[in-house]
Amino acid sequence: MGLLSEIRRTTQHVRRGHLPHPVGTPVLQVADLTVQYGGGLALEDLSFELRAGGRTAVVGPNGAGKSTLFKIIAGVITPTAGAVQVYGNEPGGHICIAYVPQRSQVDWSFPASVSDVVLMGRVGRMGLLRHALPRDWEIVWQALSVVGLEELSQKQIGQLSGGQQQRMFIARALAQEAELMLMDEPLTGLDAAAQESIFRILDDLERRGVTVMVALHDLKLAAERFRQVMLLNRRLVGFGPPEEVLVRENLLQAYGGHLHLLPSEDGLLALGDTCCDQGVVEHV
Amino acid sequence: MFEWLLEPLRYPFMVRGLLAAIAVGVVCSTVGSYVVLRGMAFFGDALAHAILPGIAVGYLVGGGARGPLLVFSLAAAVLSALGIGAISRGTEIKEDTAIGVIFAGAFALGIALISTVRGYTVDLAHFLFGDVLGVRPVDLWLTAVLGGLILLVVVALYKEFLVLSFDPILAATLRLPIRLLDYLMMILIAVAIVISVQTVGVALMVAMLVTPAATAYLLTRRLPVMMALAALIGAASGVVGLFASYWLSVASGAAIVLVCTAVFLLVFLLAPGRGVVWSRLRRISS
Repeated sequence: MGLLSEIRRTTQHVRRGHLPHPVGTPVLQVADLTVQYGGGLALEDLSFELRAGGRTAVVGPNGAGKSTLFKIIAGVITPTAGAVQVYGNEPGGHICIAYVPQRSQVDWSFPASVSDVVLMGRVGRMGLLRHALPRDWEIVWQALSVVGLEELSQKQIGQLSGGQQQRMFIARALAQEAELMLMDEPLTGLDAAAQESIFRILDDLERRGVTVMVALHDLKLAAERFRQVMLLNRRLVGFGPPEEVLVRENLLQAYGGHLHLLPSEDGLLALGDTCCDQGVVEHV
Repeated sequence: MFEWLLEPLRYPFMVRGLLAAIAVGVVCSTVGSYVVLRGMAFFGDALAHAILPGIAVGYLVGGGARGPLLVFSLAAAVLSALGIGAISRGTEIKEDTAIGVIFAGAFALGIALISTVRGYTVDLAHFLFGDVLGVRPVDLWLTAVLGGLILLVVVALYKEFLVLSFDPILAATLRLPIRLLDYLMMILIAVAIVISVQTVGVALMVAMLVTPAATAYLLTRRLPVMMALAALIGAASGVVGLFASYWLSVASGAAIVLVCTAVFLLVFLLAPGRGVVWSRLRRISS
């Protein structure tokens, strides 16, 4: 992909805005997706379809390819083989896909305030050489009020708590007017209260018709708080309601020896290992 | 009373030097804010050194005329930047290693080229350490025009560069022309370096890019304020450094950089709320 085609693409976006969303097409269609990294495969033969609205938990062990999948859907990485279509078109044509980064990937000492960061979500719509209009600020304030951060809007981003930082990025995705949000481990490292506030926002997003994919490594949360779960370990192990996906056979296939299944009073108890969190407990 | 201030200003070369130092201070520090935020200090240092062969060829071709000097040093900077990109993308070699290879190779080529000319030690010293008092009116004009252009681009693409520096993945999902912006940023840094060579020289260039911006970074948590403060510190250090060099008979480029460094150390120790002394005091009182 040459520099010239990049320029051409950009000017097209500025002229046309973003690509249309035909009614009835699935938000996301992934077909035979394969990604090669260095020597190994990060994702292999992944195929699935996602209907508009609702939220999906994406679970799997470390290195299962959750972040890679999100970056491909967002159009940041190009796959080695296979196709991804968002509303029937390649992701690169859309500015309505938001990737919400892991908090550990962000430079929190960057000289920006909360409202600066949320306004960044508007940059794609403003166009080159344009400055923020009153309408852009209006949208920023709306987004801040949805996540309850109006009062902290002038704080430097490093002064926020973990939960507030996560909410700020969701506000940025709202300001982007995203219809598909990909959240990479938004609950990791948050205490129960902060997690609850994120879930309240996720419920709100669901009412607004936003499609959300959430990468998680807490199987218990995936089972209890999502109606749809995707179990990933480079390949798609299972996709559907949690009671069908998070079963012994699938979990063993995804986690292999890293998961211990123990008999307990109400069925099987699955103990997953995770990098940075306390052990995960799931009743199956 | 102001004799010490006014006396140097009787010399036109001193006035031109001061104007050049102010322009360089403002331009380098503004661009340098992005260099600091994106962790490109080593890249900036390398680029400054890598323009030496360009300067040499321009010098040999033009015999001291500004046009060729400018064109060839810019070409050298752009070629080095592209070379670094090509090596780190095309092989398993990490980017900082690629920078090291290109930087030292280009620098050596520059020295070799200049050494073919008689009396090269004097010229080489000028390129390496700057010769701000040798600034001619035409240099001043070139610095003003190119510096103004750089500032214009920085202001015009402020929000795009901001997004790219803070979150490249967001820039990608907003479908900004990332590679184009990256190249543009490299060219801005390269032009800033080229117009500053005469003031501080190749060897100390990175200080003008990094030190005032780092000082401002310690004082504020807003990017526009950081850029303005960095520009102010850069310009003021240029003026103070040049006066110091006049009265203390110190090399001008070194004097300017030393003032920048002194300001940084002062702020590092005493910055309200964040300085080392301040946090010590807070720890004692609590």
